[in-house]
Amino acid sequence: MELELRGITKAFPGVLANDDVSLTARSGQVLALIGENGAGKSTLMNILSGIYRPDSGEIILNGVVQKFNDPGEAIKAGIGMVHQHFMLVPVFTVAENVVLGVEPTVFGNVLNTKKANKEVEEISQKYGLAVDPKAKIEDLAVGIQQRVEIIKVLLRGAKILVFDEPTAVLTPQEVIEFFGIVDELKSRGATIIFITHKLKEALAIADSITVLRGGKVVGHADPKTATQEELASMMVGREIDLTVNKTPAKPGAPVLTMSSVTMTDDFGRDLLDNINLEVRAGEIVGVAGIQGNGQTELIEAITGLLSIAKGSIKLKDTDITAFNPRQIHRDGVAHVPEDRNEMGMIGSFTVAENLVLDSYYSQPYSRGVRLQSSAIDESARTLVKDYDVRPAHIENMASTLSGGNAQKMIVAREFSRDVPLVLCAQPTRGIDVGSIEYIHEQIVRKRDEGIAILVVSTELDEIFALSDRIVVMFDGKIVATLNASETNPTEVGLYMAGKNS
Amino acid sequence: MSSQLDPQTREELVNPKDRSFTQRLATAADWRSAILIPFLAVFSALIIGLVIIILTGSSFAEAMNAYLALLQGSVGSLRAISETLTAATPLILAGLSVALAFRAGLFNIGGEGQALIGGMFAVWVGFSITGLPFFIHLPLAIVAGIVGGAIWGFIPGILKAKTGAHEVITTIMLNYIALRLVDFLLKTTMFQREGRNDPVSKNIEASAEYPTLLTGIDSAMRVHAGLFVALGAAFLIYWLLFRTTIGFEFRAVGANPSAARYAGISVTKVYILVMLIAGALAGTAGAGQVLGLLGRTTPGFTADLGFDGIAVALLGRSNPWGVVAAAILFGGLRAGGQQMQVSANVGIDLISVIQALIILFVAAPALISAIYRLKTPVASAQISKGWGA
Repeated sequence: MELELRGITKAFPGVLANDDVSLTARSGQVLALIGENGAGKSTLMNILSGIYRPDSGEIILNGVVQKFNDPGEAIKAGIGMVHQHFMLVPVFTVAENVVLGVEPTVFGNVLNTKKANKEVEEISQKYGLAVDPKAKIEDLAVGIQQRVEIIKVLLRGAKILVFDEPTAVLTPQEVIEFFGIVDELKSRGATIIFITHKLKEALAIADSITVLRGGKVVGHADPKTATQEELASMMVGREIDLTVNKTPAKPGAPVLTMSSVTMTDDFGRDLLDNINLEVRAGEIVGVAGIQGNGQTELIEAITGLLSIAKGSIKLKDTDITAFNPRQIHRDGVAHVPEDRNEMGMIGSFTVAENLVLDSYYSQPYSRGVRLQSSAIDESARTLVKDYDVRPAHIENMASTLSGGNAQKMIVAREFSRDVPLVLCAQPTRGIDVGSIEYIHEQIVRKRDEGIAILVVSTELDEIFALSDRIVVMFDGKIVATLNASETNPTEVGLYMAGKNS
Repeated sequence: MSSQLDPQTREELVNPKDRSFTQRLATAADWRSAILIPFLAVFSALIIGLVIIILTGSSFAEAMNAYLALLQGSVGSLRAISETLTAATPLILAGLSVALAFRAGLFNIGGEGQALIGGMFAVWVGFSITGLPFFIHLPLAIVAGIVGGAIWGFIPGILKAKTGAHEVITTIMLNYIALRLVDFLLKTTMFQREGRNDPVSKNIEASAEYPTLLTGIDSAMRVHAGLFVALGAAFLIYWLLFRTTIGFEFRAVGANPSAARYAGISVTKVYILVMLIAGALAGTAGAGQVLGLLGRTTPGFTADLGFDGIAVALLGRSNPWGVVAAAILFGGLRAGGQQMQVSANVGIDLISVIQALIILFVAAPALISAIYRLKTPVASAQISKGWGA
């Protein structure tokens, strides 16, 4: 089925999310739609899937103009969305999830489990998805769960499949398998739209690439000839250097020393299992791993937000194992948390307030219990300028900042403190290329000042761009410690998937 | 195919770099939620109140007459204003109690119980100590009220901090306990007035009474110095919330507890302290009723003060000065309602209906936006993150 969008325009109060967007996706081909956050990709997809109605412009399927009043009509017309965040019921089986909402029934309203299983089995076989319809979702790996989402849209008769950042949660191996599935879908005539900000993947899988910026289509690229740098420059609107320039590290004395650290959950299961880790002054240690393998717990153990069951954590020569978060923080740990909105900032506070979120109680920002707003504002004005937070209005609510600028604000707060250890968890997750470039530069600059840096990232590219040493976490354990210059993404990917554990 | 927007709007939308433009948007939104919505809520409630009067068999002229009486009874004379302020005084304090807790993400439904206990503490100090000059006795009685309310607020605070017990449940239960405890205490020799069989306390000493402000002009003017205590409290809470590190912590915990924890703030300590202060404010409200108006306590002497405080805090958007304004409005409705009942024969229950309607409209700003066709949807009022947290 051929899809054409013609002159789609959609405005929200204060922002023109889509501005005269036109594109074409053909049957049996993959169209990659790339663009930074806020470029209008999500709005466009929400229009395509019937959630929003465009202010002007047309959606045309096989030459017929469509009007979607609700998502149901878009599904009926053959458009299926596979969302980044799966919408599955963990305690239901694969088949139950797939038929949810279109259940085959007997005797009026009794679920026909047999028929559901058969339908799922058929689709699974047809497209080579290898999913057991009777398996429970909670027992399945993320990659398989994604296939369940694909089966869901196929069962509803989708001819056009829209994937929103499909590889964000997958291991490198799962990404390869996913690409295999996409090829299979293609060969059976499906039209595929692949939304991503990962340029490498767009180049690998797409038949054509459309670039969005500021709500507009700024260009098309041929994946056979285009390079990552070209695409990045189109996305950002200026020259982009994707490689992080850094000299070899000159590691000094150990700053963070974790010895046999074990953390257990309420049920006695190990969240962290005998972690031994050392980060030295002037080096960047990258923690690679698929999300949920203990990285969050590792960071929260160091920062004192979660308490550990066994082992010890030392900061330089001080044992900080029993310290509370404020003591640890004051004694020298800066922390860029993995969840920017949930933890790193308070959306309803001003930028200035957020910039003193963890130092408001100290001089010169307060005297006794009285906040010193002039000192707070003055420091905030310097920081937004030094760290290029835009717009540089310190009295704006933090929630009005884009993801990249919010992250720069958090980086400004944490990096401006004179401390020996900096923890960066997912420092560039979901932010624009320009901000990624900037934050990476800042991390390396910090390292060169002799600060010990621990970077946790699920993005292998980021791990390799920054790290001097790489540790790989799997199932709460450190399964490999590698020299960045002596390893490669394939090897690390295998460790991430559980080799050696 | 081109967009239907004119080029200038388009330019502003695409490149909102002009500071004044984005700022205008922000200020417009603030103005809407702080002033316009509450105003329209009150207006709409009054209109519906009018319809109700007419539906219950009055003519339009009679209904307008009733509203005229409402207006006269609230601001029509010095005496009316005195009554309005008298009714507003405890509402300011009860409203501040709820508003402060809202700011920290807690829903204090326990104002009623805290006011009852505060009132009992105050009445006991008021009648049991004799021979003190008023400038010692009165402050002592007020402090007793503060302490009583603070104790009753501390209990749900510590329960939440240590066990995670939801403050909505515990404060409701403590209301019942306080209510029955008052009934019980008023039958004990410690409190019950000599020679009485009904539950009524002894009368407080004159030295523990709030001085009245306008009795020199007209002996029926009941407004008393408790008003200044309430306004002082509003100033103090404003200062605490927005000018101190303590308030910074309160607001941080209220807006995003996990970010607060990340920043090294002890969320449990904040819960305890907030409930302590909220209880103290409600206790001051209860004490004020005893020391300024009643001179004694009877079962349920606070007359739903704690619950009206929730309404006041909602209408005042949990801003201390908004609370003061909302309390004066509700005080006016109360005072005017009396006049309406007497001279227009419209029951004072209508006032409760109007109050409830105001809160309904304030709590559902989308409703107001829809009725008055305001262009941008207004973000729903953040009441509390306490639910289900």
